[in-house]
Amino acid sequence: MDRLFWLVPLVPGASALLLMLFGRRYSRRAAAWQACGAVLVSFVLAAAAFARLAGGQAALEKVLPVWISAGSFEASFSLAFDRLAAVMALVVTGVGSLVHVYSTSYMADDKAPTRYFAFLNLFTFFMLVLVLASDIVLMFVGWEGVGLCSYLLIGFWFDRPAAARAGLKAFVVNRVGDAAFLVGLLVLLTQVGSSSFAAINGAARDGRLSAGLATLAAILLFAGATGKSAQIPLHVWLPDAMEGPTPVSALIHAATMVTAGVYLVCRLNGLFAASPAASAVVAWVGAVTAAAAAALALVQNDIKRVLAYSTISQIGYMFIGCGVGATAAGLFHLTTHAFFKSLLFLAAGSVIHALGGEQDMRRMGGLRRRLPLTFPAFLVGALAISGVPFLSGFFSKDAILTSAFAGGHYVIYGLGLAAAVLTAFYMFRLVYLTFYGPARMEPEAGLHIHESPRAMTVPLIILAVLAAVSGLVGLRVLPGEPADLFGRFLEQVLPRTGRYPAPPTEIALILAATASALLGIGLAFLFYRRSPGLPARLAGRFPGAYRLLVNGYYVDAAYDAVVVRPLVKGAGWTYRNLDLRLIDGALNGSAAGADLAGRGLSAVQSGLVRDYALAFLLGTVIFLGVVLL
Amino acid sequence: MNGLLPGVPLVTLITFLPLAGALALLFVKPGSDRALRLLALAVSFATLALSLGLFLGFDGASGLPEFVERASWLGRGLDYHVGVDGLSLSLVLLAALLTPIALLSSWRSVDRRVKEFSAFMLLLETGMIGVFVSLNLFLFYVFWEAMLIPMYFLIGIWGGRRRAYATMKFVLFTMSGSLLMLVGIFAIQAANFRATGAYSLTIADLAAAPFAPGLQTWLFLAFGLAFAVKVPLFPLHTWLPDAHVEAPTAASVLLAAVLLKMGAYGFVRLGLPLFPQAAAAFAPALSVLAVIGVVYGGLMALVQKDMKSLVAYSSVSHMGLIMLAVFSLNFEATEGALFQMINHGLSTGALFLCVGILYERTGTRVIADHGGAAARMPIFAGLFLASMLSSAGLPGLNGFAGEILCFFGIFRTSRVMAVLGVSTVILSAVYLLGLYRRVMHGPLKAPGDRRLCDLDRRELAMLVPIVVLMVFLGLFPGTVLRKMDASVSRYLDSLRKQAPVALTSRAPARPPLWSARPAEPER
Repeated sequence: MDRLFWLVPLVPGASALLLMLFGRRYSRRAAAWQACGAVLVSFVLAAAAFARLAGGQAALEKVLPVWISAGSFEASFSLAFDRLAAVMALVVTGVGSLVHVYSTSYMADDKAPTRYFAFLNLFTFFMLVLVLASDIVLMFVGWEGVGLCSYLLIGFWFDRPAAARAGLKAFVVNRVGDAAFLVGLLVLLTQVGSSSFAAINGAARDGRLSAGLATLAAILLFAGATGKSAQIPLHVWLPDAMEGPTPVSALIHAATMVTAGVYLVCRLNGLFAASPAASAVVAWVGAVTAAAAAALALVQNDIKRVLAYSTISQIGYMFIGCGVGATAAGLFHLTTHAFFKSLLFLAAGSVIHALGGEQDMRRMGGLRRRLPLTFPAFLVGALAISGVPFLSGFFSKDAILTSAFAGGHYVIYGLGLAAAVLTAFYMFRLVYLTFYGPARMEPEAGLHIHESPRAMTVPLIILAVLAAVSGLVGLRVLPGEPADLFGRFLEQVLPRTGRYPAPPTEIALILAATASALLGIGLAFLFYRRSPGLPARLAGRFPGAYRLLVNGYYVDAAYDAVVVRPLVKGAGWTYRNLDLRLIDGALNGSAAGADLAGRGLSAVQSGLVRDYALAFLLGTVIFLGVVLL
Repeated sequence: MNGLLPGVPLVTLITFLPLAGALALLFVKPGSDRALRLLALAVSFATLALSLGLFLGFDGASGLPEFVERASWLGRGLDYHVGVDGLSLSLVLLAALLTPIALLSSWRSVDRRVKEFSAFMLLLETGMIGVFVSLNLFLFYVFWEAMLIPMYFLIGIWGGRRRAYATMKFVLFTMSGSLLMLVGIFAIQAANFRATGAYSLTIADLAAAPFAPGLQTWLFLAFGLAFAVKVPLFPLHTWLPDAHVEAPTAASVLLAAVLLKMGAYGFVRLGLPLFPQAAAAFAPALSVLAVIGVVYGGLMALVQKDMKSLVAYSSVSHMGLIMLAVFSLNFEATEGALFQMINHGLSTGALFLCVGILYERTGTRVIADHGGAAARMPIFAGLFLASMLSSAGLPGLNGFAGEILCFFGIFRTSRVMAVLGVSTVILSAVYLLGLYRRVMHGPLKAPGDRRLCDLDRRELAMLVPIVVLMVFLGLFPGTVLRKMDASVSRYLDSLRKQAPVALTSRAPARPPLWSARPAEPER
């Protein structure tokens, strides 16, 4: 069965195609079942192929015929299932299956379930193409394809202007990154002369690609990654993307698509390893994003926007890992994050579902007892992301921060640690506002509160278990041991370049990480449980800082003022003055002349077709005469 | 050479079948619009079938014209000489494909003078195909002019309110261009006679023995102007939005999809091979105009209020990229440009059809009057979006395969130009999906309007084949590219022979490129 790994993307792809072509003939149930079934089959195939790799094989490959070729350009449909792809494919199909199942209930009352499942399947297809492609141009198909599906699903309820706008914003911001990606691609293709990842990494490793060009290409491709993975400065689309249905936020805007940038850096680890400068950029962008986005999550009132900023911040951690030479740790955090963040989103969806669509935490509260399954599941996720010992996030975040410290990146480490305090704080702020305290919802909504049906709670439970225990695969039994289980599995594909700290240092770092998690939770308890008046007083004391955070550092406003509006205004001005006035004016002789000629012509216009034909015939005869003379 | 149907003059048949159809239309009893439409459609389908046979029967290994037919005609070098090679083959098929689709699009929207309309459409088809298959300079010119006449009438009679102004502008621009080309042909005839003592206007002969550099410059400018207007190259583009806005849908489709390609094709078929040294000298300057067009067209598209002029400006931008690739003078860019001409024909043709479909239902093309149509027209929404994505170069669709080859080739010649050209990736997403958001998304405008129904069978028959082709060519671009290889090699070889210095691009690590893939067997 492992020979069939190339069917992993194709099964959901075929299902999506059928759903799109025969959308109207599908019943609600049939569409949902087929979509879930397709992703589950894909998961089973991926698991079979994974088992083969776990048995020792390096990679499974499938080379299909050439796709685009001309001259020295060649791109092919070639897929590879190596250990890096295996981890990612399991995450995508695993979390994907759970989200599909969850959706059957969450979207049960929607107007267009078939369209929803078609897009979700299509997303899975493109994501798996992205993951399995061993040719960077083919990966770009998946890369832009998931962007398209993200656009379609953010704007799924397209009759809402905000949703339509958010979808467009996501696509355009991503395209800005993709333009940089394309230029980086051109640098690599012209220099390396091949579009396969193996060739690119190889050329970077053995120096055929000069250090300068490697840096250039790596930074350009990373700019593409900042778009897809919502890192500063292209992070602005992700919070708005929360307009999409919540399961979509869980799958696309938390667990899988937004981490594609991290996956890209992992795939090109040879290229990034060859360029310390580019790696430093990756680490710094990650560190700044991790801290800055965590601070923004502090002041959000929309439950999904808290999680969105949290995602931006957590992906920052993954990039720290990639940037400081602990690529496997970055991928490890990607995996645990996929579990706990999709858990948090799906649990938040369960809350929103219970409250009949309410997303504002100021109108929640006291849901602990009313949602007896959702609450503990959410709590596990919150503890995991906060880095409380022995849950998954603890191990993966720690693996990244210790590597940063061991590599001597103390400022980056400091930013990461500060972000960890903020993470625990905003997460438990969310927990206290939502599940504790007095119930503040509208009386109408309060009446209907109910725990979600099983199709929604079972995925929550499975994800809660994974969020709790999945960190154990990254456990090093003894500090200082060469590598953990996860790292060892990936050693061939993601060789570790960073160092581990000495055992005593490592123990100190673990204690510091634990302390920061507990500090954040303690502060949240103080602010939102012990003395709930404190946040308002603090905001009143520092109004400037508060406004800065509420407005997201004014990044959106700045883009609008510096890029969007001048561009539109300038284009409008140019259109009126250059196109209409100058060029047309010059070519028409003058406005009056044009008018006159126009009127004269319109007089002729009323004539019969015969007249024109005669005129042209005459012209042709004269013309032929001249030629033949 | 003609292995498919030995003895049948296939190219002549394809070229003149529409003309014969137009003549036949004249004998149909006036008033029987349905019969007229069906006859025109049948003729155009027959032409399509023959063109498909031509495409499949084309071998392409030699890079030389195939299915060649030659007869002396008017004497003094004015021969009848037609055939197809890798440069023209797919364009013939494009014209033959879009004519029946354009006829279908006018099924209901054109209801007066159906006979004349159908006849002009078929005449236009003969003109378009004739331009692509001509191997004689004079014949090329005749078809070039002949094609303008029906287009002039199609806009002038069946156009919108400001059709008189638009038609005048169209005629002034294109006529002034072709007039210079005519003078150029006289000069060529004279110079060639002086040099060889014989009359010949066979394109291949003229390309083999180029003129003195001074004369080349003037001739290149004369021909170049005619082609640049047609492309249209900045700043000669202002006739295009007006012509499109006023033209009926069917004429818009053919104008954007096929007529604009004549400009680019003119450069590849005549402008560069006949005047290689002049072309190489002007290539950097023309590249600058082309790249300005890419950015400028994209920015102008952002601020259009009329759907048709938005799509028209998007054409200015996309054709700019194609011209930039043509002037990059290497294998990948040239092949990419030729392929992108087909892709742009399909995607922009489809976009004009979509705008026409909306216009037929609502009676307005003003973007602000629309909104939320996706709720009522889900199938249309999907096809419209696919056409936009093809135009915006989404990987997996045809537009990407062409665009990436263009970018790659341009990048090999000039990195700066490539980076500027890549801006189209952002701009096209903004103006196209921005249009889509305003027209298709948001709350439904005029919710009581019952005419806002989804596509009927005729409209599906127009759009579905194009969208299927977008996907097919996106996944299997080799179907078209492999037919071009040998001819493109030959074309670049001849350029290199004539102007070796100017064509030495800043090629990195890899060997020189214009002959990188000589006549390779099909895979």
